[in-house]
Amino acid sequence: MGGPDRKDELVATEERRRDPWFVDFYRSAVGKKWVMALSGIVLLGYLVAHMIGNLKVFLPAVDGVPELDLYAQALRSLLFPIAPHGVVLWILRVGLIIAFLLHVHAAYSLTIMNRRARPVDYAGPRQYLAANYASRTMRWSGVIVILFVIFHLADLTWGIQPAAPDSWEHGQVYANFIATFSRPWVTAFYVLAQLALAPHIFHGAWSMFQSMGVNHPRFNRWRRYFAVALTAVIVVPNVIMPLSVLLGFVGA
Amino acid sequence: MTYTISSRQLDSKIPGGPLEDKWENHKFSIRLVNPNNKRKFKIIVVGTGLAGASAAATLGELGYNVEVFTFHDSPRRAHSIAAQGGINAAKNYHNDGDSVFRLFYDTIKGGDYRSREANVYRLADVSLNIIDQCTAQGVPFAREYGGYLDNRSFGGAQVSRTFYARGQTGQQLLLGAYQALLRQVAAGTVKLHRRTEMLDLVVKDGRAVGIVTRDLISGEIRSHSAHAVVLATGGYANVFFLSTNAMASNVTAAWRAHRRGAAFANPCFTQIHPTCIPQSDEFQSKLTLMSESLRNDGRIWVPKRADDNRPPDQIPEEDRDYYLERMYPAFGNLVPRDVASRAAKRMVDAGKGVGPLKNGVYLDFSHAIERLGIDVIADRYGNLFEMYERITDENPYKVPMRIYPAPHYTMGGLWVDYNLMTTIPGLYALGEANFSDHGANRLGASALMQGLADGYFILPYTIGDYLADFLGDPVVPTDDPAFREVEDEVRGRISGYLNTGGTRSVDWFHRELGKILWDHCGMSRNEEGLKKALAEIPALYEEFKRDVRVLGTNESLNQSLEKAGRVDDFFELAQLMCLDALHREESAGGHFREEYQTEEGEALRRDDLFAYVAAWEWTGNPQAPALIKEPLEFEYVTPSTRSYK
Amino acid sequence: MNITLQVWRQESADRPGRFVTYQVTDIEPDMSFLEMLDVLNERLIAQGEEPIAFDHDCREGICGSCGVMIDGLPHGPQLGTATCQLHMRKFRDGDTIVVEPWRAAAFPVIKDLVVDRSAFDKIIEAGGYISVDTGSAPDANLIPVPKEVADTAFDAAACIGCGACVAACPNGAANLFTAAKVAHLNLLPQGQAERWRRTEAMVETMEQYFGSCTNHGECEKACPKGISIDFIAMMNRDYAKAKVKNRRLLSQSN
Repeated sequence: MGGPDRKDELVATEERRRDPWFVDFYRSAVGKKWVMALSGIVLLGYLVAHMIGNLKVFLPAVDGVPELDLYAQALRSLLFPIAPHGVVLWILRVGLIIAFLLHVHAAYSLTIMNRRARPVDYAGPRQYLAANYASRTMRWSGVIVILFVIFHLADLTWGIQPAAPDSWEHGQVYANFIATFSRPWVTAFYVLAQLALAPHIFHGAWSMFQSMGVNHPRFNRWRRYFAVALTAVIVVPNVIMPLSVLLGFVGA
Repeated sequence: MTYTISSRQLDSKIPGGPLEDKWENHKFSIRLVNPNNKRKFKIIVVGTGLAGASAAATLGELGYNVEVFTFHDSPRRAHSIAAQGGINAAKNYHNDGDSVFRLFYDTIKGGDYRSREANVYRLADVSLNIIDQCTAQGVPFAREYGGYLDNRSFGGAQVSRTFYARGQTGQQLLLGAYQALLRQVAAGTVKLHRRTEMLDLVVKDGRAVGIVTRDLISGEIRSHSAHAVVLATGGYANVFFLSTNAMASNVTAAWRAHRRGAAFANPCFTQIHPTCIPQSDEFQSKLTLMSESLRNDGRIWVPKRADDNRPPDQIPEEDRDYYLERMYPAFGNLVPRDVASRAAKRMVDAGKGVGPLKNGVYLDFSHAIERLGIDVIADRYGNLFEMYERITDENPYKVPMRIYPAPHYTMGGLWVDYNLMTTIPGLYALGEANFSDHGANRLGASALMQGLADGYFILPYTIGDYLADFLGDPVVPTDDPAFREVEDEVRGRISGYLNTGGTRSVDWFHRELGKILWDHCGMSRNEEGLKKALAEIPALYEEFKRDVRVLGTNESLNQSLEKAGRVDDFFELAQLMCLDALHREESAGGHFREEYQTEEGEALRRDDLFAYVAAWEWTGNPQAPALIKEPLEFEYVTPSTRSYK
Repeated sequence: MNITLQVWRQESADRPGRFVTYQVTDIEPDMSFLEMLDVLNERLIAQGEEPIAFDHDCREGICGSCGVMIDGLPHGPQLGTATCQLHMRKFRDGDTIVVEPWRAAAFPVIKDLVVDRSAFDKIIEAGGYISVDTGSAPDANLIPVPKEVADTAFDAAACIGCGACVAACPNGAANLFTAAKVAHLNLLPQGQAERWRRTEAMVETMEQYFGSCTNHGECEKACPKGISIDFIAMMNRDYAKAKVKNRRLLSQSN
């Protein structure tokens, strides 16, 4: 019984579908949130692994070589001699960099979109009922995390002064670690950065379930508990380690 | 105010043959429009409630070129959305003896034998298709655990035939129709005009050829031309000012059509809904309805003694009068609306009213909660109880609700024939805007049924019969003098309101008009009161014309200006209502004349004198309309005194 | 009661607006918020000042016409309540109340407190329906729908389209509105045929007008019908699936 000139599909959606799958998906905001969630999982996984690896700073030296340094060497020789020396680590690094860039790019373009969607703010007071500090400051905590990562790389990976300690030396992971956190301002900065990271992890770890539609009435409240636990697991040791150095519990 | 008897005859175009075959035969005998020719016809639909949205969507699906108008910001706001209880259909899913004939019979009887048999039978017949259609659209009707559709019982029926979606059936049905409509808008078959109000009808050579509208944002007055015009503009209960209708519900489209030649039928048949929240103060802007379904489990009572000031929980059982159960043991609390309403009025008039203003009766759930448990009651009525608490600040799980009747629905409306065409060729009226199916009283859960029957299943067939004559004819251009004249009249009316420069607001006049009408042409009427109203209303109307104050301009959103036009038309309608009520010297359904009641105080119908539809013609003088009688003949049911005892 | 109102007044879309302060005296606590505005408007008309324009209609909390920001809260301080059912008893004598229109790029102000919400209709037009022409439906009881499914579909379908979710969202996103309709139709067996097409088209149309969801949850709290953000999660899942499913269908047909 249909009329003569019926269009069955929206042209916009029709045309978009001709692009490669990922481009099409990523172009939508919902798709970007998926990408943020998936890249967030990669980054969170990295943070957990990184934190566990760093805990070796508390272990005694083996044959005079700090266990942390052995760990670093092992990372570089992952799957060696199956793969050439350092290659697997670089593959991991590239994956991490891609995840990081996608995460930042998606966040940036969503921010632009959302600014456009609410160009005029309320002139009167605004009361929030559900949005918490964490969710509302994701953009700022994200920027702080970027700045921190740059400093952290300059400090302990590239050894660029003044971020890095004067005694920085490539491969001497443990020594560099002790040297850098013996400087009170560096430790203070790290602790503050971790406190900024905490709400970012908390909201992200909850939010990713929502973005990917992982949702079940029975488990929904566990998503909050999970976010709190994950935040604590990452942030607490990361705060303890620099403080331990500064207070002389380690490396003294 | 007097009236004359018109020399005109009305042809209701009821097809011949046995009752159950009339509609089928008619569909076969009327002319059709070839699918490829449908797009050459332009149809205007005014209103996007159940009737308008369903009609526009279906006409669009058929391939007609449709333009649909709503004065709201979206078609979804139409007042059908507020219907709570449900929609009737003779599905007999519950094997309790329901049938098309029984629904037909209940509707005719509920309407106090003042409606056409053929129309009502057709309504009962297509009720089956409505449920199928709406379910397919995804309307989330209530289900039983087996996954099949649930039903509940409603006032005036002894079977469970009411389909429902919690207390928001109207919302869900309207959203279904709205979605179907927007699907056609996206497909390009329907053009949607938002925030655009129809202010007049254009008639040329005796046919409806278009409408004149005002853009509510820019104030632009514009003509729209079409081969046929469909009005689905709802009822006029807002003439009472305080009613359960939405604030913007009005009679303007129908009234302007009336002034251009469409007969207006049975205006005095107005329905007062028995379960509304009583008025709490003089600033109240509207009354809120609590679904009639509450009467399934709630028991209605008042204190036996007048002026009993004890709180309800301190009034023992022996001092309570469950008056509906006492007076009507067979139907008890489920008597039809008019009966329940008048009984409540009698109690309040006798000084037994409850609440701070003594203007209500109790609707008590304590027995139902004892019997079924609080969870079952919360599941059935939870959202209604919440709404009641939000408005009154009282918790109905603990304290009985207070209810009182309020104007709710109007059975009267534009006269239409079996094809839903008014007395102006090419002008159709659907849903509450017409008078056709409910007689003197509408049963609960039948308004949704009628709106959707008209829009989905009746008009889309019958309109082809009229259009078939005009194949190849272009629409009348909007620069035709017929349009220009009407546009000028509309502009004149608008500048008239803006330039009156009086002292009182439109709302003030509306409130005063409502008081007169409620006192003298409300739940019960008598000759003296109606004559008084017919003297008071013209005086107030003169004052309105002289002293109304409308600020602002035409060229921007101006809600006072919108209201002024609507109230202006209410003034004329109110006079016709009173005249119709005065002339109908009997009691029938919602029209209760105190002079005509049985010894027990029940309505006394006078079939020998008033078994007709009173269709009023505009004569140019609002004080002197002309009456055309359409006799009602009953072949399949025998009018009897309604008894719900 | 006596209250002080600061109301946003704006003549038209292209004129700048400003707050105007009104003293509203002798208000009854049993009045609804809109009836209080009615009283104020009556007084303004008496003084020769144009009344405040605001959208409203059913005043029963179901049509979705009304809705203003009251003290920074969509529909005011009572949760699960549309502006028309908010009563003055929720305020205290002497309060100052700030009243503003919804703010979002997709909801331009028309006048005073009235905004244009037609972008919602565009989302529905994109696929918020089940394509079933009148007359082609099978018997209603042919397809049983589990009660839980019907109930959940109803929870989503209860949306009144008022726009409070968009007004509440710091990003001006309409994900709750869109997800409610997507979920209503995607949950029901009748809606399966168009499930993936619908989700894709509605989400992408939504994003042409509105911001994006960043999971604040503000919308759920502001919603007068308490519609859950779980439906947003469901829409996000269905959208990703839709992208895969549609590709597959497309490759088969081409």
